[in-house]
Amino acid sequence: MTGLVSTVVEAWQELRIHRLRVLLALVGVAVAVTAITGVTAAVAMLKQAFAEQTDRQSGRQVTLMVSAWSMTGATTEEDNARVDAAYAETLARYGLTWSTRDLWTGAPIRFPGSGVQDIGVRAVDPAAGVLQRIPITEGRWFTAADAQAYAPTLVVNEAFLDRVGARVADHPTVLLGRTDPVRATVIGVMDEGYENPEPFAMVLYDQLAHWYGTANPAWGGGPPTLSVWVPADMADELGARISRDMAAAVPGLQVDVSDNRGWGETFDIDGAARWVGIGVGAFALLLGGLGLVNIALVTVRYRIREIGIRRSFGATSGRVFFGVLMESVVATVVAGAVGVVLAVAIIKSVPVDRVFGGAIQEMPPFPVSAALVGMAAATGVGALAGLIPAVVAVRVKVIDAIRY
Amino acid sequence: MSALLELTGVTRSVLLPDDRRLHILRGVDLAVDTGEHVSVVGRSGTGKSTLLNILGLLDSPTEGQYLLDGVPIGRLSSRTRTKRRGRDFGFVFQQFNLLPGRTALENVVAPLMYAPGRQFWRRTSLAAAMLERVGLGDRLETMPEKLSGGEQQRVAIARALVRGPRVILADEPTGALDVETGASVMDLLDEVAADTGAALVTITHDLSVAARAQRCYRLADGVLVPVSLGEPGRVTEWVGDVPVDLAERTHDASGRSLPPVLAPSVPAAPPAAAPDAARTEVTSPVVGP
Repeated sequence: MTGLVSTVVEAWQELRIHRLRVLLALVGVAVAVTAITGVTAAVAMLKQAFAEQTDRQSGRQVTLMVSAWSMTGATTEEDNARVDAAYAETLARYGLTWSTRDLWTGAPIRFPGSGVQDIGVRAVDPAAGVLQRIPITEGRWFTAADAQAYAPTLVVNEAFLDRVGARVADHPTVLLGRTDPVRATVIGVMDEGYENPEPFAMVLYDQLAHWYGTANPAWGGGPPTLSVWVPADMADELGARISRDMAAAVPGLQVDVSDNRGWGETFDIDGAARWVGIGVGAFALLLGGLGLVNIALVTVRYRIREIGIRRSFGATSGRVFFGVLMESVVATVVAGAVGVVLAVAIIKSVPVDRVFGGAIQEMPPFPVSAALVGMAAATGVGALAGLIPAVVAVRVKVIDAIRY
Repeated sequence: MSALLELTGVTRSVLLPDDRRLHILRGVDLAVDTGEHVSVVGRSGTGKSTLLNILGLLDSPTEGQYLLDGVPIGRLSSRTRTKRRGRDFGFVFQQFNLLPGRTALENVVAPLMYAPGRQFWRRTSLAAAMLERVGLGDRLETMPEKLSGGEQQRVAIARALVRGPRVILADEPTGALDVETGASVMDLLDEVAADTGAALVTITHDLSVAARAQRCYRLADGVLVPVSLGEPGRVTEWVGDVPVDLAERTHDASGRSLPPVLAPSVPAAPPAAAPDAARTEVTSPVVGP
């Protein structure tokens, strides 16, 4: 124990005394560790950004998408009600709680001070906000209570809000429907992720069915699809069962069940980009290590007399070897720590929205694995860089060294 | 009971590039006991430092036997020899050999870095106490280059003594100092060696330094022979094979007359004649005109 502590203490003293040369030698190592750690962390964040992007487009992994449609053309309100009831029965049968109906349709909206306009409407369940990570920039998303409310609520896009001419905090309302309209309250604004000049609104499926209806032939009509978030290991079996049950429940309609696993693979950047980043960092680390070896060798030559004096104090060859090796290792560990801190500072200060093209809802913590990779790389380079000078130091003949 | 250090018939030779063998030491016999002060004089290149290196386990004899505490060092492993060197020997070098870039305190701490548990953990207080002991208690944080030669050698002495060695090996301890400072450094060495009970082996070509020892040897052509320099403290010089009191000396070896020198405070006593084996001229006195 004392031997180990004294070796580390001695190494630290040497570093302190030779701090200028150590500092110069370690700049390269610190930068390289920053690169490796930063790239590893950035890849983790990029991966999360892509995962969330995929979630927004196709739902969480794994989402089963169930659709039922008529081979003969547009469906009726009755067909939609049958499909809806079959969905509810299926979900209850398998105890599936994270699901949303999804219907892309249109509805007439009367904006304040203007006439009625048919706009695109998407009818969903409250769970859609979680399943598809729908980003809300103002106000709030639907809750279960909204489905029970006596008037519909809307989550709209910016263009819709501009037409309303008020902010969410002002509780703006519009009329939904043409002949017997109902007043709907705007409760939130969503970020569509692109510039959309056309007003667009989201509404709860049950509210739309109650106040306006879900069969709108002008917008293509058709029953809603059903998105169900299921455990990955059960996706295949559940998909087959739901497909079979739905086909039996809605005879005359074509039932399809698909999943979104293919989407996740499309955006998997954990392979090439990560290795390219680590490769560049490793090369930088190699160069830093070579600089360290060079300076360490020169320093050992410069310190031959000192090594001889230390041998006269009773420093064994093993102790001299590990002393020189530890100097290098302690130095690169310090440089590695600096590099990791630098990487954390850089990654934390990066404007993620701008770099990754969209806000990350669940910002991953700085990956511990990235810090460990950086520290391990720094320690490894320190050990390798210290090896040659350590061997040179041990081969110094004591009596020659004292006279050096 | 065996001596602390005992050399018997020790020879040290090296093979030269032209395949000739150079004999540095020939059949050296020497025994040193605890608390003894022994000096070895001789011209440069006569093997003094090699003898000291062998005594301090920095080098090994080619032939002959070296007993440390009665145990042949040949039986000790390299690691054990190194450990014993750190524990039992303290080195004082002519050029001080202080570690550059470190304060006086850090220099004295340095040997304690290789000490076992208690000494290691108390290294700073032990080093500070030792510097206090050699009169440098107020210079702990001073860098060696800011110290005078005498102070640097005091730091080196503190460093040699801080682990409480049983033997102090001093290689030309006053070689880089003026006469007065050298004398005070030797006073200190004698004092701390006496205090700690350590044996002191001094290698020097300064007869006044050698004369402080209880026993004196002369090394010439690799052969070690005992000599007498008269009373301890006398300032003498070898002329031919005769130790001459400097106060009584009027002519050098070539017969030229010499200017008067300060007479030693102790009246001269007739020195004993050197043995035949020592009848090689030693002409490297430090003290003198």
